[in-house]
Amino acid sequence: MFERGSIIPYITAGDPSVEKTLRFMFAVEEFAGAIELGIPFSDPIADGKTIQESHERALRNGFRLENVFKILSTFKRESETPVVLMTYYNPIFRTGVKEFIARARESGADGILVVDLPVGHSREFLDGARREGIKTVFLAAPNTPDKRLVEIDRAATGFVYLISLYGTTGARKELPESVFEFVKRARMLCSNRLAVGFGVSRRGHVEELLDVGADGVIVGSALIRIITEKEKPIEALKEKMKELAGLI
Amino acid sequence: MWFGRFGGQFVPETLIEPLKELEEAYRRLRDDEEFNSTLSRYLRDWAGRPTPLYYAERLTKKLGGAKIYIKREDLLHGGAHKTNNAIGQALLAKSMGKTRLIAETGAGQHGVATAMAGALLGMEVDIYMGSEDVERQKMNVFRMELLGAHVIPVQSGSKTLKDAINEALRNWVASFENSHYLIGSVVGPHPYPIIVRDFQSVIGKEVRKQILEAEALLPDAIIACVGGGSNAIGIFYPFVKDEVRLIGVEAGGKGLRTGLHAASLNAGELGVFHGMLSYFLQDEEGQIMPTHSISAGLDYPGVGPEHADLKESGRAEYVTVADGEALRAFHELSRTEGIIPALESAHAVAYAMKLAPEMKGDEIIIINLSGRGDKDLDIVRGIGNV
Repeated sequence: MFERGSIIPYITAGDPSVEKTLRFMFAVEEFAGAIELGIPFSDPIADGKTIQESHERALRNGFRLENVFKILSTFKRESETPVVLMTYYNPIFRTGVKEFIARARESGADGILVVDLPVGHSREFLDGARREGIKTVFLAAPNTPDKRLVEIDRAATGFVYLISLYGTTGARKELPESVFEFVKRARMLCSNRLAVGFGVSRRGHVEELLDVGADGVIVGSALIRIITEKEKPIEALKEKMKELAGLI
Repeated sequence: MWFGRFGGQFVPETLIEPLKELEEAYRRLRDDEEFNSTLSRYLRDWAGRPTPLYYAERLTKKLGGAKIYIKREDLLHGGAHKTNNAIGQALLAKSMGKTRLIAETGAGQHGVATAMAGALLGMEVDIYMGSEDVERQKMNVFRMELLGAHVIPVQSGSKTLKDAINEALRNWVASFENSHYLIGSVVGPHPYPIIVRDFQSVIGKEVRKQILEAEALLPDAIIACVGGGSNAIGIFYPFVKDEVRLIGVEAGGKGLRTGLHAASLNAGELGVFHGMLSYFLQDEEGQIMPTHSISAGLDYPGVGPEHADLKESGRAEYVTVADGEALRAFHELSRTEGIIPALESAHAVAYAMKLAPEMKGDEIIIINLSGRGDKDLDIVRGIGNV
């Protein structure tokens, strides 16, 4: 789904608007192995403050699901960078699993990651994704036992998303030591590509993670902060992506 | 894990293992003699169980219909039924080697109960509470602090109970190694709805014995308010297999048509949120909606999965009572019986006042009076008499 050594940026759809989201996606695209496009949710329980506020802004600005499909299809007309939708389960469940996946595929999504849908509850989702030819991405955590990690790897067809730490999303200065053991363990047990996320914000993190066997690294909150804080976010995003990719 | 098609364990992957650990610990302890005798001792000597089943003679005569009995959970230590679950889960957590309790609270009753249990067992306690609720339930915040708990106001989202749960979950993902998340209602991912139901079932078990002693009959109807649904399931569960009408009363707020209510079983849609498949107040795209009720304890956009199943199977009925009706019942019970109910429980009283006159004099209604009204005095005083 993405090249080894990839940076995978996370952008919230509709924060602050459809047009801006597209501009941000084009800004990060050059140095991105894939893009994670987040669907705003009223109650993002796995997310830290930065992404929570991002979702709140998008919803306050009138985000609707049709917006994310519009962003996708517009982006995909001009780019071949894979896009993975990252969402909580309720918007999919409420839309109808089948219908949601079909709409995602029509708009050009390459994969879907559902934050609060564990493998054990995902049969309908997996069937739908298989039928539509959409890749599935599942989370694994440092406390996921070996047997379950193998199960997750079997269910995933896109990549396995390794959560680096115990906590919510959000930029951290240091990565916990335990993440390196976790990546090595996943490397031994999984056949999918492995991307590591949560807390990753610097080139140093990227190098450490790639060194121990990660294929890609997901960066979210650090980019959302740039979008909300910088006066010229497009330039700043490009600059940050370059730095993360080790090109500065 | 499932109640019919409801329930489940819809959580981010990190929580799968802590939930499994909890399930295994609970399975070990639920039939453990020592655990149960410790729990019974605390419930009796520390919390004041059994609570009385009181025949409300004046209210019965005034309404002129069914005989009304009131289960006095308002007399339980802490002032509400929440203590049953808090002490049970705190003991469970302690035996799992946890040193810290985290909990969400709406009206503050569950926060107070958790703070009491934490103090009793020498555990650290952090309570998440929507900043709006901190404002409307100041006295309970002070009580929690007196008991040694740390109250953390939650500023995100609608700043009420659902946001407090969000924040407690976020904390638990980072702290499960030493912390137990002590959920206060029959909501959340498996095994919480079962654990909380079991600890609250002491209410229904006592009622069964008490009503048989008093009347040598089972009641015709049992009425309880439903937010998440813990006091209701606690009194319903031991009667599920009997011929007894089980009636849950949801918060009708300012009326179902206004959208300002918290009636997820009456006006919600199927959804997946807070770890469970159940009914939720949400928009057509699955965004969770803000709720409204005069009582902070019912102000939650979802409902426990077992209630969703009891509704679907037709075993229990779920009705709504609006803010104004609950307030009238609050005053009525205070004046007629000398009992000031919690605004939550006043919803159950209000429905009993509608139902009793339609029933015969030899029929029996039991109201679960889940809590006392002291915490609501500011709110009621602010509104004035009705």
